[in-house]
This record gives sequence, C-alpha cells and structure tokens, in this order.
Amino acid sequence: MRFLVLLPLAGFLIGTPLVNRVEPFVLGLPLVLAWLVFCVLVTSVVMALIWRSDRTRRAAGGR
Amino acid sequence: MALLIIAVTAAFALALGLRAGRGRDLSLEQWSVGGRGFGSLLVFLLMAGETYTTFTFLGGVGWAYGKGGPAMYILVYLTIGFILSYWMLPPLWAYAKEHRLLAQPDYFAHRYRSPTLGVVVALVGVTALVPYLVLQFKGLGIIVAAASGGVIGAATAIWIGAAIVTAYVIVSGVHGSAWTATIKDAAILGVVVFLGIYLPLHYYGGIGPMFHAVDAARPGFLTLPPRGLSMAWFESTVVLNGLGAFMWPHGFASVFTARSPDTFRRNAALLPLYQLLILFVFLIGFAAILQVPGLRGADSDLALLRIAQVTFPPWFLGVIGAAGLLTALVPGSVILMSAATLIANNLYAPLTGARRDGRGLALIARGAVPVVSLVAVGFTLRGGSAIVSLLLMGYNIVTQLFPSFIWTLSRRNPLNAAGALAGIATGIAIVAWTTLTGVRIATLMPGAPGWVQDLNIGMVALVANAAVALAVSALTARRQPALAPAERA
Repeated sequence: MRFLVLLPLAGFLIGTPLVNRVEPFVLGLPLVLAWLVFCVLVTSVVMALIWRSDRTRRAAGGR
Repeated sequence: MALLIIAVTAAFALALGLRAGRGRDLSLEQWSVGGRGFGSLLVFLLMAGETYTTFTFLGGVGWAYGKGGPAMYILVYLTIGFILSYWMLPPLWAYAKEHRLLAQPDYFAHRYRSPTLGVVVALVGVTALVPYLVLQFKGLGIIVAAASGGVIGAATAIWIGAAIVTAYVIVSGVHGSAWTATIKDAAILGVVVFLGIYLPLHYYGGIGPMFHAVDAARPGFLTLPPRGLSMAWFESTVVLNGLGAFMWPHGFASVFTARSPDTFRRNAALLPLYQLLILFVFLIGFAAILQVPGLRGADSDLALLRIAQVTFPPWFLGVIGAAGLLTALVPGSVILMSAATLIANNLYAPLTGARRDGRGLALIARGAVPVVSLVAVGFTLRGGSAIVSLLLMGYNIVTQLFPSFIWTLSRRNPLNAAGALAGIATGIAIVAWTTLTGVRIATLMPGAPGWVQDLNIGMVALVANAAVALAVSALTARRQPALAPAERA
C-alpha cells in the first residue's frame, strides 16, 4: 500500500510541467492551479489509505 | 476604530496566554514541550499553525499579487512535508521520548554522541529562526500601521508588534500557543474564506471571470514562466522546502509535545486538506491585481490590506487586522520560544554546565526572549525583503540539517559526527555566501542550461552538504548506531 505515495509525488513533480497552462479552466481555476489542488486531495486520500493499512497490519501483528 | 479592535484582540490573546500558562510548574519541559501531554487535536493545531502564519496571510496574498503562478509553490511544499512526516516523525518521537530530549540539538548530539554537533545545530536553528521571526514582525508592523490609517508609523508599529509577541511568550509558554492557535485558526479561516469568495464575486462576478480578466490583462502571469521563477525553480523549491518542513526547531518541538506517535500518521492524512484553504489566499491576491495595481517588490505584501481598505468600512479592516495579528502572534511566539529554549538549553547549559531540569534554566530561556526579539526588530527595521523571500532564506538555512537527520533513521547510518558537522558547515557556507552576495547559479554558471540556472540555490547547497558529509565520514570512518527496528515507523 505504501507505494501509493508515489502517486501524489509524481503528480506534483512530473504532472505539473505537463499542465503548466491556463486553459482549459477547471471549475473556474487555471488548469495548472486546478491540477495542484487535485494532487493535494489525492495526497490526503493516499495517506489515509496507508495509515489504515498500517494500522490493520500492526493490529494483526499484535495478536 | 480598526486600531481599537486590534488592541482588544491583542489584550484578549495575552489574557488567554496568561490563563493557559498559570498553574504549570516552571520547568523548561513544561514551558517548551507542554510536558509531552498534548493529544491529537492540540498537536494538530500546533502543526497546522505552521500553515497559517503572516507568511501565508500577507506574504501569500502578496506573492499571488506580485508573482502570479510561482506563488503556487506555497500550496505544494508543506504537502510534501506532510508525506515525509508519516515516516520521519514517529521514530523521532520515540527516540526523543525514550531519552527525554527537549529540543532539536539534543537529538543530533545524542544520535551522533557529539555535544559539539548539538551546539552547531542550535546555532543553525537560531540563525534560521531569525528571518522567520522578522517576517512575523514585519507582518505585524504592516497590520498595525494600516489599521491606524497611517497615524502610527511602520517603525513604531514594528516595535508595538514585537512587544506584544514578547509579552505573550513570557507569560504563556507552549500551552498558551496551543490554545490561542485554536482561536487564531478559526479567525483566519473565517476571514480568508470570506475574502477569497467575496472579492472575486464583488469585483468580477465570480472566480472564473476573475481569472479570465487577469489572464487577458497579463497573459502568462497565472502559470510558471519559462525562465526565472520557472518550473525548475518551482520543483527544486517545493522539494527543498518539503524536506525542510520539519527541520525547524519549533517543528521538532511540536513533535515532542505529542502523547502518541499515531498522532503524526493521522495528521499526515488530515493536514494536506488544510492546505487547500491556501487557495482562498491566492484568490484574494489575484483579485487585487486589477483593483489595487502598482504595488511593487516588497510592497506587494500590502496587497491584502490595500484591497480591504478600498472595499470595506474601517471596522471590518479592524476585523481583518485582528485576524492578521493572531497569525503573527501565535507562530511568532512559537518561533521566539524555540529560539529562547535553544539558547538556554543548547548554548547556555553546555557552556556553563548548568543543570537542565531546574527552574534556573527556564528563567534563562525567558530572559533570552526579549534579547532575540530585539535582534529580530533590528533586522526588521533594516531589511527591505518581501515576506516570502524571508521565509525562503530561512528554509535554505534550516534544510541543511536534513541529510544529517534523515540518515539517523536508516538501518546503518553512513555518517559520523565529523561528516555531519562538515556537511552542515558546507551547506550553510554556500547559503550564507549566496545570501550575502546575491550570487545566483546564473551568475556562477552563465553557460549552463536555463533549467540549471533557475534551480533554487538551497538545493545546490543541500547536494554539496550531503556529498561532503559522506566523503568526510568515509575518510574518518566510525559509524553511528542506527535506530533499533522497533523504533522505526
């Protein structure tokens, strides 16, 4: 599950140069800004998934 | 009227800090890390408090207004820092708790078994904290001067701001900061979200039309430019600042306050969401571009208060100023407290042999508070840097601790104390030289590709730091013990 952390990092560092333009506007935001907001949201989801997976693994290991 | 609202807010914050600090014993551990008894919510607030400082409130608006697209780095770098925190902070917390460490230099000194390294790390920490404190004072000065309608001059306003922060720290300690952070965050969120939605609606009819208008008036301003603050600058800066996000002495201190390491794992998922509110900060800055044009250089930090002045009645400017005061007061107090703790615990104690658990050291720490304040006021009155530039300078300094820190979490630390010292010294020397002389990669290597010339100089210093640390350690080989498996994340 921890490999998922590569998703937001790739989004920030590889994706941003690919979308560094204003149009098309997404929800009123310039494309590059909308992309970064999306990557922040993905980060939060990914970290929550990793945390949940780690807790389950630790609980199983503790039994 | 605006000044009255701000004065009442300052008095209220001081009273709250005094109340929070009352009834605690005077030990340095209680004053600086709250006796390590903070639950998830308070640690969340202390760590989230990092998100909303004067840097974000005035500096973030100012950079969106003055620089456009490059301001987006503010949205990204702490998010990268939170990702790293998931794996970095739990083992750090466990080690600090086991060995009852109070401050960042204790960790380095203990891990590398080198009191000298502890002193050097303390000096680096205090040096990096000064520009961070300067930017809070600068922000306070802007707020007080604007709220007084120009009656109070900028210099007097900075002195008033510094006096408020200093008094707050002396009476409250970390308990006051944690509780006032709650009020601060609620106030700033309310103001930023309201302004971020209202200003685009009021002046442009919506967020989309605002961006269309700005893009039409200044094509390319909303993206990263091909040179200067380009994509290479953006990527090197978000990585550098992400690595340095928890290298600040007060970042370490907020780790030490936690009751359990699971707090950090939960926060790594929650805190990125908190970053999204920076979007509203950008909206304020972009809304101001066409409404209050003409602010140049460091004056772009005035953009938020200038657009508020032309849009709202004076009493509402007071509300905005009061929220701004709290965004400088709370982080400013944490920074000042960290610097004072470092001076007492990691400079004064090793040099004098003072006991580290007595009331005497807490008194030394409190005595150092006004001294650090005066130094920061001196730099604030002399400097003409924009708020964001000040923080970028601080990050370049403090991130030089990262290589020596991160390798202590590995199974086999390739560094020894001599290597760590040499690496940190190399990194700091490069940062100091480039900061003092204004040299950039472009001036050093005029023939290099554009993307190399645009790299953040702090990243170059970091790479040199790591290379020197490894080389010196190899030449003076005596390995350091790494963490036991149970201590890892």
